[in-house]
Amino acid sequence: MDLSGAQLIEMYRKMLTIRLFEYEVKDLFAKGKIVGAVHLSIGQEAVPVGVCSALRKGDYIVSNHRGHGHCIAMGVDVKRMMAELFGKETGVCKGKGGSMHLADFSVGMLGASAVVGANMPLAVGAGLSIKMRKTNQVVVTFFGDGASNQGTFHESLNLAAIWDLPVLFVCENNQYAESTPVSKIMRVQNVADRAAAYGVQGVIVDGMDVVAVYDATHIASEKARAGEGPTLIECKTYRYMGHEEGDPWITYRSEEEVEKWKNRDSINRFKKHLIEKGIFTEDKANEIESDVKKLVEDAVKFAEESPWPKPEEALKDVFVSLYY
Amino acid sequence: MAGNKKVRELSFKGAITEALMQEMERDENVFLMGEDLGVFYGGGPFGVTPTEKFLKKFGAERVRDTPISESAFIGAAATAAATGLRPVVELMFVDFFGVCMDQIFNQAAKMRYMFGGQAKVPMVIRTVIGAGFSFAAHHSQSLYSIFAHVPGLKIVIPSTPFDAKGLLVTAIRDDDPVMFFEHKSLYNSVKGPVPEELYTIPFGKAEIRREGTDVTVVATALMVHKALNAARTLEKKGISLEIVDPRTIVPFDKKTILESVKKTSKLVIVDEDYERCGFAAEIAALVAEEGLYYLDAPIKRVATPNVPIPYSPALEKIVIPDEDRIIKAVKQITS
Repeated sequence: MDLSGAQLIEMYRKMLTIRLFEYEVKDLFAKGKIVGAVHLSIGQEAVPVGVCSALRKGDYIVSNHRGHGHCIAMGVDVKRMMAELFGKETGVCKGKGGSMHLADFSVGMLGASAVVGANMPLAVGAGLSIKMRKTNQVVVTFFGDGASNQGTFHESLNLAAIWDLPVLFVCENNQYAESTPVSKIMRVQNVADRAAAYGVQGVIVDGMDVVAVYDATHIASEKARAGEGPTLIECKTYRYMGHEEGDPWITYRSEEEVEKWKNRDSINRFKKHLIEKGIFTEDKANEIESDVKKLVEDAVKFAEESPWPKPEEALKDVFVSLYY
Repeated sequence: MAGNKKVRELSFKGAITEALMQEMERDENVFLMGEDLGVFYGGGPFGVTPTEKFLKKFGAERVRDTPISESAFIGAAATAAATGLRPVVELMFVDFFGVCMDQIFNQAAKMRYMFGGQAKVPMVIRTVIGAGFSFAAHHSQSLYSIFAHVPGLKIVIPSTPFDAKGLLVTAIRDDDPVMFFEHKSLYNSVKGPVPEELYTIPFGKAEIRREGTDVTVVATALMVHKALNAARTLEKKGISLEIVDPRTIVPFDKKTILESVKKTSKLVIVDEDYERCGFAAEIAALVAEEGLYYLDAPIKRVATPNVPIPYSPALEKIVIPDEDRIIKAVKQITS
């Protein structure tokens, strides 16, 4: 696809925002300012940005426990994201969801589910709703290689397929289901190979190449909007950090392996590419980096200064019509 | 409530059929999804959605037969609801909830709360409960307590055709996830007056099925009818039962139950669900906490013992609460 310079720069900015936001989260978690469980996607930034940049305004995504990147790529306000991670009243979910349950319906981010594989039926439902309301949107579900062994993956692909629903199944294959390498938990080579069983096209993409991800998503979304049903896009990627913060990842993978993937880092390569193509200069890249750093600093400040939720909030929002 | 137009006798099943049909006519966002709704047994596993009235009238888009894939289609209903539709999905037997519980209690039920009130999930899960057919361990249970345990689901258990229609209409128009439990023994055996026009019955309002003075009996679904039979027998022996049907257990009308217990000073709870940690225990706890000094005898629970439902008719009738067990419990606290 032909992406304009402005679009490419915006994609770069978003990838960098995810990375710097998450490095900040890592630090804040270590300091105890962010609590609970935190799953970072550092290394995988090309996938959410490539996918979401190919969507139109009004399209939907559903996310998972590793969802900071999905939110930033969809345009969720990072201040309110950070406030959510702090558990503050100003958070996107008023402090009730935290890192694993981010949502912002106003930008089509229909929420993150932290049960592995659980968001795929939810994507099918949004796809069904789009089809029945005839709104020409698409919906993306982001899930990992691990989730492709859940029954929901198979049931959802099948249901989306038989009803020709506009659902994009985006597998972020980061090579590990928590600590278990993908080779140990699948006999087929690729998650994408499984699509054939449901009459769905499976596409394999270099998940470290944001433009490749964008292109695959664009093609799949055009098909979906034309009523041709779902596509499974498997993005081969890698998380540089552990499954969750505090996870001793060195016990299940080697430094060499991590370094090998870092050598193909999506952000560094994209930056180099944009400079070589004359899309921006080193100076412009530095300026973007300063802007993003400021954005993240401001988000932390906003989160720190925001009030805690009021005690009565604990009992609100269970139901629309009742209060308990 | 109902105006004074046309009131006919309908079966429990007929009342549900009519509620679904009229709500689908009224609101195009209402649609059905489930296994074998279209033509199987003339439309629906129990014939609740007759082909002529549903599939032929509304089409396959809105009477949506699914694969045997409960996780996928029940989860799908939650987001279809969150994005503007009003799905009514059918879980063929409540016993099957194990294959889709995550979508019900972690996704549909919690979506609103965990996203800080952003989501509105106006979906109904219709499902079938109850023993009496020798369907054995996987098709006979009355599992509603387990859903009431989890925050975020409204729990409706109708016992009469009138209530079935009015409560189902309320469920469909409600903006939260509602579990609607239909006892399979009621479908054809219970008939009653049902207005032809649409009407709603508010959630959280118990109905006193029979006024009495000596013992309060709280019962749901088929157990309401068994309690009424027991009341007729006991009346001849000079014992007067007051029968309270909560109709919805989330939300729950504790006021009506406490007032009744205040009047009778005795409480028996009849529950076809398992006894341990169930609805009957919840009512007992409520009365112990808020109405202990009204009581002059121990609270009695008449529930299904904590065993899987057996196949043999000889065994099934032993585990399911019946009139004899209700009478025995009443006598234990009145003699």
